[in-house]
Amino acid sequence: MQLQAEAKHVEHSEFVSFTVAGQAFCLQITQIREIRRWQPVTVLPHAPADVLGVMNLRGAVIPIYDLSARFGLEQTAASERNVVIVVSVNDKPVGLLAEAVSEIISIDPDDIQETPQVDSRNTMDFIQGIISQNDEMVRIINLNAVISSREQVTQ
Amino acid sequence: MTGSILDTFFEECEELLEAMDAGLAAIEEGDQDPETVNAVFRAVHSIKGGAGAFGLDDLVAFAHNFETVFDDVRSNKLELDEKLIQLLFRASDHLSDLVTCARDGGEADQAHHDVLIAALGEYIDGEEEELVFEPMGVGATFDPTPLAEVQEARYDIRFHPLKEMFDTGNEPYFLFQALSDLGALSVRLDDSELPGFEAMEDGESYLSWELTLVTSESRSAIEAVFEFVEGLCELSISSEGEEEDDADALAALNAAFGLAPAEEENALALPLEPPTPETDETPAPAPAPVEAEAAADMEPDAEPEKAAEKTAEAKKETAKSSGPKPTLRVELDRVDRLINAVGELIINHSMLAQQIANLDVTDTRDVETELEGFKNLARDIQEGVMAIRAQPVKPLFQRMARIVREASAATGKTAKLITIGETTEVDKTVIERLADPLTHILRNAVDHGIEKPDVRAAAGKGKVGEIRLTAAHRSGSVCIEVKDDGAGLNRKKIRQIAIDKGLIPENAELNDGEIDNLLFLPGFSTATEISNLSGRGVGMDVVKNAVGALGGRVNISSTPGEGSVFSIILPLTLAVMDGMVVSVAGHTMVVPITAIVETMRGNDDMINNLGADGTLLSIRGSFVPICDVASSLGLRSSSHSEPAGVYLLVETENGDRCALAVDDIHDQRQVVIKSLDGVCGNVPGVSAATILGDGKIAMILDPESIVTASSSAAVFDTERRMNNAIAS
Amino acid sequence: MKTKVLAIDDSRTIRNLLAACLEEAGFEYHSAVDGREGVDLYPDIAPDVVITDINMPNLDGFGVIEELRGEEINSKVPILVLTTESSADLKARARSAGATGWITKPFDDDSLIFALKRVTGAVA
Repeated sequence: MQLQAEAKHVEHSEFVSFTVAGQAFCLQITQIREIRRWQPVTVLPHAPADVLGVMNLRGAVIPIYDLSARFGLEQTAASERNVVIVVSVNDKPVGLLAEAVSEIISIDPDDIQETPQVDSRNTMDFIQGIISQNDEMVRIINLNAVISSREQVTQ
Repeated sequence: MTGSILDTFFEECEELLEAMDAGLAAIEEGDQDPETVNAVFRAVHSIKGGAGAFGLDDLVAFAHNFETVFDDVRSNKLELDEKLIQLLFRASDHLSDLVTCARDGGEADQAHHDVLIAALGEYIDGEEEELVFEPMGVGATFDPTPLAEVQEARYDIRFHPLKEMFDTGNEPYFLFQALSDLGALSVRLDDSELPGFEAMEDGESYLSWELTLVTSESRSAIEAVFEFVEGLCELSISSEGEEEDDADALAALNAAFGLAPAEEENALALPLEPPTPETDETPAPAPAPVEAEAAADMEPDAEPEKAAEKTAEAKKETAKSSGPKPTLRVELDRVDRLINAVGELIINHSMLAQQIANLDVTDTRDVETELEGFKNLARDIQEGVMAIRAQPVKPLFQRMARIVREASAATGKTAKLITIGETTEVDKTVIERLADPLTHILRNAVDHGIEKPDVRAAAGKGKVGEIRLTAAHRSGSVCIEVKDDGAGLNRKKIRQIAIDKGLIPENAELNDGEIDNLLFLPGFSTATEISNLSGRGVGMDVVKNAVGALGGRVNISSTPGEGSVFSIILPLTLAVMDGMVVSVAGHTMVVPITAIVETMRGNDDMINNLGADGTLLSIRGSFVPICDVASSLGLRSSSHSEPAGVYLLVETENGDRCALAVDDIHDQRQVVIKSLDGVCGNVPGVSAATILGDGKIAMILDPESIVTASSSAAVFDTERRMNNAIAS
Repeated sequence: MKTKVLAIDDSRTIRNLLAACLEEAGFEYHSAVDGREGVDLYPDIAPDVVITDINMPNLDGFGVIEELRGEEINSKVPILVLTTESSADLKARARSAGATGWITKPFDDDSLIFALKRVTGAVA
């Protein structure tokens, strides 16, 4: 909470960057509850490709999405090198599979650029902006879009 | 502070009310044990006592009436006949209402209250005190003195304890000390009656005191000090005291406090000080009566004390073996946190085991033994914790018996409640929230379902209507069913009411099921025409909403002349269920035991093809369609490539049978149900999930929907027809 | 040393109320849930005063008084009977069994302390 409040007044806010299918993405650090090493999940019957299944998070059953498949990229062949980023959306924990976590980056809101128009509907909806970090493009994920669209599909 | 004590009180009330109901039910069943009657009495009494402490006057007053009647039952002044038992049940019911009102605010039904008070009054002896609860004793003595008397007055008090006073543990010293709080006190010991040492009688009281008190307090305040010794002493209090030597007041005080008892004690060479609160391990000795026994008492004698300890020890043992099981009330949140933590502990174990296996160590046997112990302990904890939240529906069902009795009495019908599956465990929250809808359905069943005795007789039924209340885990849900053997729904009437109330157009074409479901429409209530019993301004829509809020659904079915069935089907959120752990295409899954009729090892001879895709399992001459779980869930493309290892014969809600083919059965165990609501949408064939001992999540299958999903209706029907043809 | 009170009552509510009041007033509070436990705990706690309810399972208040005053324990400890009844009959019974005094429920803190004072002299 404090971090978010500060983000309004202070110039920089912190993001965690990670890779999904070789591309760099990031989420605001306050959106992340924890990061866990990948462990095999329990498959949900009849689930779409981007819903990997469910995982036991300290006694709670949480769904795990494959971000890569979600973005319309190839499915991740999950292994122990991968990570699950646990985020909280509307107080419900959700796990997102990513290839690997890179680093924590500090971003000046002014440096965030609007997502240029590209011909990929899927990706466009899930990216709320891009920034340049060490000459590399990092995509800022629109978490609500990722989760809510998923909920509509599965319900 | 008081708030939390008040919470405790209401919690305790719940327990007491439960105990009361159980006791009354036992008495009704013919339990003659005086302790049962006593237990009910104590429950009412404790509610009254606690309520008094919090100034809950309505509760106190009613509990008092109840208690008074029950006290006469206890002392055999009143005979417990059927009529009185019914009254007591209703009173207990009302007491419960009053507790609820006191806790949540709101008013109890005043008319009902008055009726019960009057009914109880008929049993209460006219000579009974009007109200026992007048503030009495010590509290009252501090009533403010009228302003006119505020100036100080002098009281002369003469006090001579009788020897009996010392048997009660009263001590003049303390009484004087209490008096000295009221004002300036002077004390003079009168030992003129004291005989010589040789002439002293054992335990006799020879001393008197003359006290002078100057105080602004009233006379009653002084009398209050002597309240406990009234009748155990000669006491005179006069406010006309004349000559008193104020000069030696202090000396006299000293004499009274220190020397007076000392004088007696000196005779036996006992300690000088009056008994102080700071006594050591020995029980506080009473110094006043001079007697040899008292002396023995003062000197700690190890032997008898040990003996006493031993008896105490022995008594403790017996107390432990008898008596009710002690319980502990815990906030649900704490239990939930524990449940989650234990889940994590088990995952932790499996991770640890994995890492040890990965270590480059040749001999891990010792570690593995310890790890196995860890695992077993973790399982024990898990089972223990799981058992905390789940509770049997028995107490809920017990309450329902009362509802039926009450409703029967109010409608002039006779009905009995038969409960089945009382040990079915359901999550505590679900049980709590089921009380209202169930009450409503049961009242409705008596009011609208069960016919009057003469009508029943004419229809060839027994005079006493039967209502069956059943709880069961079925198809991964909790199913609570209320089935009556009454007249069944009067569809014509229901339809007419719905039209009259503008709920449906006059020309609406509805099938039987649709008509039945009109009952659940808001604004539909037949109560007003028939009786005022179920109509407290609510209709069956309330039932539907309450069950809906729990994520469940209500079904109704009815056969004219034979009765109606209300089924409440609830998801197993957090409930515990007996499940059979099976493997399906490499996945571990759980099938509710309640759905399984029989399990069979696979055998090629038993399988019969039917058409291109259909297969039937022959069981002792009859044929049942086979449903391959793996392909139904989309986990395996074809079910025919290899024969299944095990078949689970299941029965669906509408009585159809089907053989679920799975790869293997592991074991049977209790599992905690984790709802998938909010985690993912509806998953066909799956009702919920559970966390297994290894921390992995397993799906709990819903045989019903697997059966439906696996076979297209047409194929299934064909099979069923074939099956019926073959079987008959 | 604080004055030690042993309260015997089967009602958790009453025990809590007593504990709150007595601990606030500086007494050392001990409790038992029924008469049997009260009598069993008595030698270990060695209280300066006993407060007991009348209606209890496993040995009622009269039983407590009789056992404490009985030959085996033979205690002269002050015993206050805690009861909702204010009838003279009940008091007489309690007294003849050897009770020192009584506290009528519902009690307020002042009356409770006053009763304790008259039998132990203790203010705390």
